[in-house]
Amino acid sequence: MTAQSTNFQEFENPVFTAEGVKVYYSGFLALLDVYLQIPKNQIIAFIGPSGCGKSTLLRCYNRMNDLIPGAKVEGILNYHNVNIYDPSINSVKLRRQVGMVFQRPNPFPKSIYENITYAPKANGYKGNLDQLVEESLRKAAIWNEVKDKLKEKGTALSGGQQQRLCIARAIAMKPDVLLMDEPCSALDPISTRQVEELCLQLKGQYTIIMVTHNMQQATRVADWTAFFNTFQDESGKRRGKLVEFSPTEKLFNDPTTKEAADYISGRFG
Amino acid sequence: MAQSTQSDNSLNSAEFTDNIDGREKVGKVFEILFLIGLLVGLFVLALMLLNIGHDGLSSLFRPGFLTETPSRFPERGGIRPAIFGSVILGLIVILVAVPIGVGAALYLEEYAPKKWWTAFIEINISNLAGVPSIVYGLLGLGVFNYLLGFGATLISGALTLALLSLPVIIVTAREAIRSVPDSLRNASYGLGTTKWQTIQNHVLPYAIPGILTGVIISVSRALGDAASLVVIGAVSFLTFDPGLFQRFMALPIQIFSYITRPEPGFANVAAASILVLLFVIFALNGVAIYIRQHFTIAK
Repeated sequence: MTAQSTNFQEFENPVFTAEGVKVYYSGFLALLDVYLQIPKNQIIAFIGPSGCGKSTLLRCYNRMNDLIPGAKVEGILNYHNVNIYDPSINSVKLRRQVGMVFQRPNPFPKSIYENITYAPKANGYKGNLDQLVEESLRKAAIWNEVKDKLKEKGTALSGGQQQRLCIARAIAMKPDVLLMDEPCSALDPISTRQVEELCLQLKGQYTIIMVTHNMQQATRVADWTAFFNTFQDESGKRRGKLVEFSPTEKLFNDPTTKEAADYISGRFG
Repeated sequence: MAQSTQSDNSLNSAEFTDNIDGREKVGKVFEILFLIGLLVGLFVLALMLLNIGHDGLSSLFRPGFLTETPSRFPERGGIRPAIFGSVILGLIVILVAVPIGVGAALYLEEYAPKKWWTAFIEINISNLAGVPSIVYGLLGLGVFNYLLGFGATLISGALTLALLSLPVIIVTAREAIRSVPDSLRNASYGLGTTKWQTIQNHVLPYAIPGILTGVIISVSRALGDAASLVVIGAVSFLTFDPGLFQRFMALPIQIFSYITRPEPGFANVAAASILVLLFVIFALNGVAIYIRQHFTIAK
């Protein structure tokens, strides 16, 4: 395998392996060849300036890019040795295993209970729904706050509670991976800390990939950090690329690349 | 109050001519203009209702007016077949036009790729909403009366009115579906559910209030329409409640036929018929508004 980015890491039984993943928006190459392996049951942070392609890559892992008109993905992206961009792969099945938490909390305008049970029901869940609701809400550390108001609207909760409800909703599908796209950017510091603690509790059972603009957040929660950056090509167009992938401690204390060192120390742009 | 040049914290007031009183005055002028607009609308409506009520109320409460078949004499008989015809027309329009219109809107918004031909179709549907109803009448005459051989019957009239309602239903349903936030769709897709599950469970419930607004507007227009039914061949005299494949009456036709009569007294029954037509439309709208409220609170 050709390792294009600095510090390409090989893991045993990686969850995802990207081999030359490129993303185009309406023909414009937005993210350059990514070679990246995601290790199992760890928290991986994606950091970098706006437009560097970190959210774009995140949306490749559950093919949410399919929903964006004009988006096109090239290259191979293996999920447990199966290329998820193979035409035979059904994105509905993939998303059942690779859950997603979005930037802004987006609970359904339905009851808390229905927020959790909607997707399991839609996927023919055979177990006990009441148990599933309690288990998911407990795992998302929100059970005690909502156990007496499961019939109330999920949208009536506070922002931080809504985001943990969204995490519970994703957990209810018993996923393998959780993708989080700046999950705390719309939350206050206390809610942010709660979500971060939750991620640390969940990491033994799930692989978590988290896009964040907050570098402290990456150092607090992530085991590995991928640094993305933008660069100008010959024609002056700005594109994104993966620059460095290292253990979080190494990336923040002793980065291999000058670009990462500049970004982390604030000497940037 | 506007110019406090003496206080310490307005040292920079020389750099601004803030003219707050003047700006507030301009705002007040516009507020009053808008209020006048509202009052003009209300005044005209009130005048119309008063006028019709004055002419029609006595006939409306005459025994038999709502329950008997028409008579040659204004002081006898009633408009029962016309009421019956309009109610059935309204129900068929809803049953036919709403599923087709909402289905078309869902296809255009959720399934069809955003290409030049979808934009072309969209423009054409919007244009259809402005086509005069008599043109729809001619279309219905050609298709339902002759081509399909239904003749001048209730079903021809109902299907013609359904065609008349379709463009507005499609256009408003598309707007309503488009206003459903993408975050809701993403949340659903992100959990591993299919397109139809997402539409059924999230897009449609969210869009229903907006869709119903379009249904109210278009069905009201269809129920009040006389021109297309004249072309289809609605009659102004029946002695029975018509079946789907029989000749039929409708309230706008009844009103039209009454006001063309020179004898005194027919103006009064025409006014009474207008009151009944308004009531039928209000009743249908009331049901739609009730459903809309129910789903709006559910948000």
